[in-house]
This record gives sequence, structure tokens and C-alpha cells, in this order.
Amino acid sequence: MSNGQKMNGHAGANGSERGGRQRERLVVIGNGMAGMRTLEELLEIAPDLYDITVFGDEPWGNYNRILLSPVLAGEKRPDEIVLNDRDWYADRGIRLEAGPDKRVVRIERGRRVVIAADGTEAPYDRLLIATGSRPILLPLPGRELDGILTFRDMADVEAMQAAARTYERAVVIGGGLLGLEAAAGLQANGMDVTVVHLMDRLMERQLDGPAAAMLKRAIEARGISVLLEAETEALLGNAEGRVRAVRLKGGREVPADLVVMAVGIRPDTELAQAAGLHCDRGIVVDDTMLTFDPRIHAVGECVSHRGRSYGLVAPLFEQAKVAANHLARAAWASYRGSVTATKLKVSGVDLYSAGEFSAADGAEEIVVQDSGAGVYKKIVLENGRIRGCVLYGETVDGAWYFDLMRSGTDVSDMRRQLVFGQAHLGDSGKGGVNVADMADEMEVCGCNGVCKGDIVHAITEKNLFTLDDVRAHTKASSSCGSCTGLVEQILASVLGGDYSEAPKEKPLCACTDYPHDVVRRTILEQELKTIPDVMAFLEWRNPDGCATCRPALNYYLLCAWPGEYVDDAQSRFINERAHGNIQKDGTYSVVPRMWGGLTNPRELRAIADVAEKYAVREVKVTGGQRIDLFGLRKEDLPAVWRDLARAGFVSGHAYGKALRTVKTCVGSEWCRFGTQNSTALGVALERLTWGSWMPHKFKMAVSGCPRNCAEATIKDFGVVCVDSGFELHVGGNGGVKVRVTDLLAKVETEAEVLEYSAAFIQLYREEAHYLERTAPWVERVGLAHIKARIVEDAASRKALYDRFLHSQTFAQKDPWAERAARPAEREGRTPGDEFAPLALDLA
Amino acid sequence: MTDKTQDWIDIAPLDAVPRLGARVVRREGRPDIAIFRTRDDRIFALEDRCPHRGGPLSQGIVHDCRVTCPLHNWVLELDTGRAVAPDEGTVRRFRVRVAKGVIQLARADLVDGNGAGETGCDAEAGLERCA
Ligand code: SRM
Ligand SMILES: Cc1cc2nc3c(=O)[nH]c(=O)nc-3n(C[C@H](O)[C@H](O)[C@H](O)COP(=O)(O)OP(=O)(O)OC[C@H]3O[C@@H](n4cnc5c(N)ncnc54)[C@H](O)[C@@H]3O)c2cc1C
Ligand code: SF4
Ligand code: FES
Repeated sequence: MSNGQKMNGHAGANGSERGGRQRERLVVIGNGMAGMRTLEELLEIAPDLYDITVFGDEPWGNYNRILLSPVLAGEKRPDEIVLNDRDWYADRGIRLEAGPDKRVVRIERGRRVVIAADGTEAPYDRLLIATGSRPILLPLPGRELDGILTFRDMADVEAMQAAARTYERAVVIGGGLLGLEAAAGLQANGMDVTVVHLMDRLMERQLDGPAAAMLKRAIEARGISVLLEAETEALLGNAEGRVRAVRLKGGREVPADLVVMAVGIRPDTELAQAAGLHCDRGIVVDDTMLTFDPRIHAVGECVSHRGRSYGLVAPLFEQAKVAANHLARAAWASYRGSVTATKLKVSGVDLYSAGEFSAADGAEEIVVQDSGAGVYKKIVLENGRIRGCVLYGETVDGAWYFDLMRSGTDVSDMRRQLVFGQAHLGDSGKGGVNVADMADEMEVCGCNGVCKGDIVHAITEKNLFTLDDVRAHTKASSSCGSCTGLVEQILASVLGGDYSEAPKEKPLCACTDYPHDVVRRTILEQELKTIPDVMAFLEWRNPDGCATCRPALNYYLLCAWPGEYVDDAQSRFINERAHGNIQKDGTYSVVPRMWGGLTNPRELRAIADVAEKYAVREVKVTGGQRIDLFGLRKEDLPAVWRDLARAGFVSGHAYGKALRTVKTCVGSEWCRFGTQNSTALGVALERLTWGSWMPHKFKMAVSGCPRNCAEATIKDFGVVCVDSGFELHVGGNGGVKVRVTDLLAKVETEAEVLEYSAAFIQLYREEAHYLERTAPWVERVGLAHIKARIVEDAASRKALYDRFLHSQTFAQKDPWAERAARPAEREGRTPGDEFAPLALDLA
Repeated sequence: MTDKTQDWIDIAPLDAVPRLGARVVRREGRPDIAIFRTRDDRIFALEDRCPHRGGPLSQGIVHDCRVTCPLHNWVLELDTGRAVAPDEGTVRRFRVRVAKGVIQLARADLVDGNGAGETGCDAEAGLERCA
């Protein structure tokens, strides 16, 4: 979320209440990225819980430290990287004590005050330490000379730029991310730059040999010298006390008027240690970001969590969210460590790395190298999952691999295409387009007719950062979603280096930060049984939620508590409330269930009668082997259902996130090739599973032989009969992105088919995200997981099957019959009946 | 029977409209009116015709002081009748109130003022606003 938005949201919220009731005092030490992100998160959830004081030893508000590199290179102005200016603090009634003399020098835990260099004191009830880290200064002879700098803050950048105006030669000690960014920046300022690096390859912590070699060539090609395996021994000065050269082990001297040390950072624990807080490498915190003192939280580079310290913003922002949650006394979030990804921000060099890049035992590598084109990609796999990747030259898929890695997606099935990227999976249907090469007029979103130019324009004009922003402003990717990958690539290519938002698990909707899985788990663990309970417990931002989360929560509760949860009609999409499909003109269509696609003259006659009686405007045979009646008025629906129910029909659920149809073929009864009675089996499957609510629609089919006339291999659950039994296929999809099923198992009896299908459905019901069809679900969790639960573990299959049957005892009530049976409403026009319009009497 | 001289016309008891739901008032020869009820029992009335492509707003999902259109998910504010950004459009509003548990619409908004055929409320006065 951009700061601009937050600013408006909170303007004055704090100030107006000052001097009212006594509030607790929160003091923050460290005016940097982690500390201020924590405050932003805190103000979002609890805007006026605390009187807040912030101490910072840099003389300005908070800025985006990661963009110091483009500032140094002259690609951005300092004012462009400000995150929170002084007004931001003032508008929220936050006291900001900023400047070198405001550096906090002591924490007195007994008296609960912090004391700054100039003597300013601030008492606290809660303290947040966010002091970041300090650059390491090598203990070399000559380090006190003029012209020795580090690269950490705005003052360093100013000093480097000033030096570049007077002097010519610079040495950067350290060939890591920071050192290379410093070197490129100094070079852009017109200096002669040499990088001196101890190891045998650049960025050894992120890159493997080949990628590092390509990087070295690219760096050298811009005129920067690189010395590897070079250890600095001393810094040599001239008569005026300014550095003149760097001496390496072995005696070589490299002339330098400026030396930048970029050899690493150390968590800044000095204050905490002096105050007697437990520290190891950093300030030790638990999963709630609490230090050993229950009044003191810590976040950012200064902490040590489960033995790890982080030096990238994405994990710090995750920590900030957790710390804010506890400061706000919500107290349920926890931080469990992060997986990190790195991207080098040197313009013209495309480099991305995440996770492990060297294959340890049991891991394997997929490598593509095209030195001519300057492209290198390595993906490390273990147990079918991505453990890490290194991308050089072509990094658009970095975020995608990172996503797959963090979600632990089983990628075995896409293995062969994986390295060619997301576009090659046909995900976007626009195979292999490089977004940078796309013309502005090229259509990206077919549903809403949005071209690339429209999207780029919106991103730059309206300062959009996220997929959701782009969806809201352009409508691209907001309908069928098949162009999502492309839109994400366009975002990445337009925003370029600003990758500080690491991809995270998507929140369920804008009302919450929690992803689907957390919501589902919490419903079970906390035994939440109504939508308001879930929203209250998980602190939904909007009291009624929205049209996205309410149907999802209604389903999750229904699935979690069968027979107990009372369905909330107002949280269902109109189709599921009206048991028909709303049409573009506001009329409805109705599809009676025809078991397995079979019908008979009596049923057809009844349908014909209904069609005539209610002036149905069109009768159509559907793609799912049913009959659809179009153009019905809403107020006629109850009567239509009553008539259909009398003729023995139940609802076809053609409108629902539910079992749709079971398509069948002719089968052994008639067909000369049929091996089994596919029609009867299809009817049995439909009788077993109809009425069940699902995360998304669910379609089945049974084909009588491998000729597969019922198209069973693009269904959510498909059965192909063979002589010796039945092949069970899962996870198929026609629709937007065609996916052929995976073979789940082969069984011998019809009873097994029924048990396996019910178990599969139940697993899908319990684990998938709302509006996730089986195809993406199977891809996400992996076929191996599904086989483990359904094929390899008979007890688990049986348990799933039993749970499915249990939930069906409540679900298999025909909504039509139920309604027709209600006496008052048989007449159809009573108040409170949503189907009847209200009269207006103007007489 | 509603008295002709009265300014407010009875429509239905409050409970005829479910919380976070809506009902339709049918008018001969004129667009329908959708009556919405929020969680805290506030009542709003809008023309039942989405400014996007005419979707029946009464069939949408109501949340807070808004309704999401069932056809393409535009979100409209119940009090101002305006589409929530980035969408743009406005739907006609009607003055509505609850008196002694009965929902009433303002007569003036329903009858032709100048024979233009359109009805609804153009003034701000008498229209409830969301917080
Ligand atoms: C009626 C029918 C077309 C027809 O006249 O044949 C149809 C009509 C609609 N389809 Fe379909 N689909 C119909 C068969 C299919 C099929 C073929 C099939 O089922 O064998 C597919 C591809 C197979 C599949 O789903 O894997 C299909 C893939 C879709 C999709 C894309 C789903 C996807 O996962 O990509 C949507 C969009 C959605 O559900 O979000 C969709 C959505 C729709 C909706 C519900 C659009 C909407 O939201 O209003 C249409 C409703 C019209 C109505 O009022 O009835 N329809 N739709 C078919 C009804 C089958 C039935 O008897 O129940
Ligand atoms: C040049 C550069 C490029 C980077 N590029 C990237 C990148 O591309 N991607 C990425 O993820 N990360 C990058 N980083 C790292 C990222 O900037 C840090 O991880 C992040 O800023 C750490 O946040 P923090 O709040 O923990 O520390 P900081 O942002 O350093 O904030 C700590 C603040 O506390 C102040 N402070 C310390 N002690 C005291 C005290 N006693 N009293 C008062 N104030 C005090 C400090 O002066 C500082 O302002 C980069 C860093 C640098 C320097
Ligand atoms: S393909 Fe399906 S969703 Fe598209 S217009 Fe036809 S029926 Fe509607
Ligand atoms: S008609 Fe309402 S959103 Fe399209």
C-alpha cells in the first residue's frame, strides 16, 4: 500500500484525541524502515492506543534505504525516496526526535526511560528497538584516514557524491550486493572504480560460479575493474592524511582517493546490550518479536530470530506486521522466519537469486546457459519442489519461482517447461511473450479489452504497485484471470528495481491480511461458527466484509461444521440464493437435474409444460448434457421449481459452487465398444454427490471405454472404464486454461469408484481455497499429496469418505422441494419472500 | 390504503427486507426501485439499475453501506448512489424512511414533477448519509 493512501486515512486521528484519556506511551528507537513500518501497521489497526515518540539519529524522516543505490547513481533524487516525511509524524501526533544529538545513548529499564545524547528523556510503557545494523569497518591499518567511507545512509551517499566531484579513483572493498551497487554508482559519477573482493567469485552468497562469472564480465564491460581473491592489507595515506592507495596481500598497491568498505553489516545491539537485554549476534526475540524484557519489542536488522538475522526488507516487513499485532494487543500473529530473494539493482544488469543455489544431497539442478545471449538460469529442485534459483540476464520469472518455492508447490509436472518460464506453461495463453517487446496496442486482457499501453499508463500515472491496484483501475485480470501472469510481468517491468514488496501468500481479500489457509485453520482451531465470529476474531477491516470474503467464509464454515452451521443466505451470490443463473437482462435460467444425462418422455413432457406455462424464452441443450430454460422472471422461480419438483426433478445446481453434472456416454448397454455400464455408474456418482457445496464448481464424467466420449479426462473427477476395471482421473479442466487430468488410481469395482470419488471430493472441499478449481489445486498441492491421502492410506480414504457422507446428510435437500413445501410460500407472494416484488400503491 | 395527501407512501414492514439484503419495488412503466437494509437497520433506496450495464442491484451482496452488483461486481454506495472508484457512475436515489416499523418512500420522488417521466430525488435534503 502506498504511503499516500495511509496518510489520508489517518490524518489527524491521533492529534485530535491528545490530552484526553491517559494513553500508554510507546517509544521507538530507530527511525528506519522496520521501525516505521511497524508504526504504520500499528496505526492501521489501533490508531489511538499510544502516545508515540520516535528517536532517530539521522536528521530527517524515514526514507527508503534500498533506493540509496539509484540515488547514488543519479537515477533518483533524494526527495523521491522519502517514505514518511516530517508531516507524516506531525499529522499523527507522533513526537519525532531526529538528528545526531537525538541518538539514544541509554535505556534505563528500571525507570523505563530512554535517554538521548543531548539529554532528552522519554518514559515508556512499551519500547520498540529498531536500530538496524552497522556497516563493518575492517580493522585495517590506516582506517582513520580521510576518504574512507561505508555505504549505509543518506550521509554516506552525500559524502561519496562530494568525493566524486573532486577525486578520480575509488576502490570498493567487497564484491557483494552492496559493494557492486556502490561501484556502479561511483562509476556513474565519473570515477575510476576497482572492486576488491576476497573470494573467488562475486556475490558468492547468492550466486554460483557460472552466474558470478557472467556478472563479472558485465561489470567489467562497464569499465569497472574487478580483483578477485584479493585481500586488503592496509590503507595508505598521503601527507594531508587522505587515503592514496589500498595495499593488497602480496604487496600490490591500487591507487585510491576514496575507499568504500562494503564488507558486511553487524546488527546494532550496542544499546540493548548495555541495557542488559539478552543478545547473541542480534537482539534475541521470540516469535512475537518480544525481547527478554516483556515491555520491549525489537524488529529489523538488529534482531536475532531463531538464530537468524536478516538484511533485506521483505522479512523485516513481515516482522513489523507481527510486532504491530502484539503492540496493538491483538496478540495472535507470529513470525516464523522468512525465505529471502535478492535482486541486484545495477541498471543494465539483470540478476535474481532466491533460496539455495547449490544442489546438496538429494537435490537436482536444471540449468540453462546461453553465454552468447547473456542468459543463465538455474533451478534447484528437491522432492519435486523448488529450493532455490539463480537467474541472470532474464529475471522476469524470478517472482514466479519464488512464489512456487514459498508455497512449496509440487512442480514435477511442469519440470520440462519450468526453466522456460511461466509464459511457456500456456498460463497466459499468449505463449512466450516478452512483455518489454510487446506493443502498446497489444491486448492483454481479452475479457475487458485492456491493452498493454492502458496498463502501463495506469501504473505510471496512478502510482500503482500491486496486481490488485491494476485490477481495480484497469479491470485487466479482474475477470477470468488468465492474463494475471502477463499483468504481473508488466508490473515488474514497469516498476523495475523497486521490488521491496516480496511476493507473499495472497490475503483472502482486501478486508484482511490473512490468506485462505490461515482463515480455514483458524475456523477449526478456534471453533468459530459464524461469519461475524470469524471476522471479529481475525479482525476484519470491514465489519460486514465484502462480496469476495462473505461467500468464502460462508463456504468454509459450512464445510467445517456440517449440520451445525446455519447457512447465511445474504452471503451467497445471487445464483445460489435464487437457485438459478442470473442473466444479463436480470432474468434467470433454470436447469433441472437429469441424472447422468438420462431422461425420459415423462420428464421431457414436464419440462415442456413448464416452458410453456412460464413463457420460457429459450430452451437449450447445454454442454453438460442437461436442458436449460432461459428468460424466467424471478418472481416465477418458486412456482417453476414447484412444478418441476412435482414432476420428480431436483435442482441441477448449474448455478452453484457445487456438484454440477456427471456426463456419461452410452456404455456397455448399447455401445459396441463399451466395457462397463458407464451410464449407470454416472447416475450412481451423481446420486452420491449431488447437493454438495464445494470451493468451486465440480464436474464429473464417466466414459465407457478409452475412446472417452464423455471427455472424462478434462473433468474434475473423470472415470474411464476399461475391461479390467476403472481408471480414475482427477484435476482436469476445460474452461479458460485447459488441463488434462492426472491418473489417480485404477480400481476394480464400482463401489471403489464411489468411495474414491467421495474421498477426493472431501479432500478438495477441506483443503482448496474458495474459488480454486481442482486443476489449480492439484497443481498447488501436488498429486503425490493427494495420492498419499486417498490411494496409499486406506484409513485416510475411509475417513474422508465418511466425512463426506456425513456432510451429505445435510446437503442433499433439494432447495426446490424444500421451498415448495413451505405452505405460506406456496402461494409465492408473502412479505419477506425475496422473490416477490413489493407493490407500490400511488393511488 | 395510503392517503393521497400524505407525503410518505407505505411500502412494507421493515422485516420484509432481510438484514444485509434487499427487496424490489415494482413500478408500472418505470424502473424498479431497490430497497436495501444494512446490518444496523438503516434503509436506502436506489433505482434497481446498475450504471454499468443495468444490472439489478437488488440482487447483489450488501456490505456496510454498499452493494456489489451481481453482473460485473461494480460496488455502489447506498447513500450517494455513486460507484466506488475506480468505476464511475451514479444511480438515482429515493428518499426513504422507517416510521413505526414500516418502510416508506417519499411520494414526491415517485410522481412526475414536470412530466419528464424520470423520478427520484435530486436534492441532498432528506437523504440519509453513511458515517
Ligand atoms: C449452460 C452452459 C453453456 C451451454 O449452453 O452449454 C454454460 C453456461 C455458463 N457457464 Fe459454462 N456452461 C456450460 C458448460 C461449460 C463447460 C462444459 C462442460 O461442463 O462439460 C465448461 C468447460 C469445462 C470445465 O468447466 O472445466 C464451462 C466452463 C465455464 C467457465 C470456466 C471455468 C474454468 O475453470 O475455467 C465459467 C466461468 C466460471 O465458472 O467462473 C463458466 C460459466 C458459465 C456461466 C455460469 C457464466 C455465468 O456466470 O453466468 C454460464 C451460465 C449461463 C446460464 O445461465 O446457464 N463456464 N462451461 C453449459 C452448462 C453445463 C451444464 O449443463 O451444467
Ligand atoms: C545501499 C543499500 C541498498 C540496499 N538494497 C536493498 C535491496 O535492494 N533490497 C533489500 O531488501 N534490502 C536492501 N538493503 C537493506 C535494507 O535497506 C535494510 O535491510 C533495512 O533498511 C533495514 O531496516 P532497519 O529498520 O532494520 O534498519 P535501518 O533502516 O537502518 O533503520 C535503523 C535506523 O535507526 C537509527 N538508529 C540506530 N541506532 C540508533 C540510536 N541509538 N538512536 C537513534 N537512532 C538510531 C539508524 O540511524 C537508522 O536510521 C539495502 C541497504 C543499503 C544500505
Ligand atoms: S462460453 Fe460460457 S460464459 Fe462465455 S458466453 Fe458462453 S455460456 Fe457465457
Ligand atoms: S451491470 Fe452492474 S457491474 Fe455491470
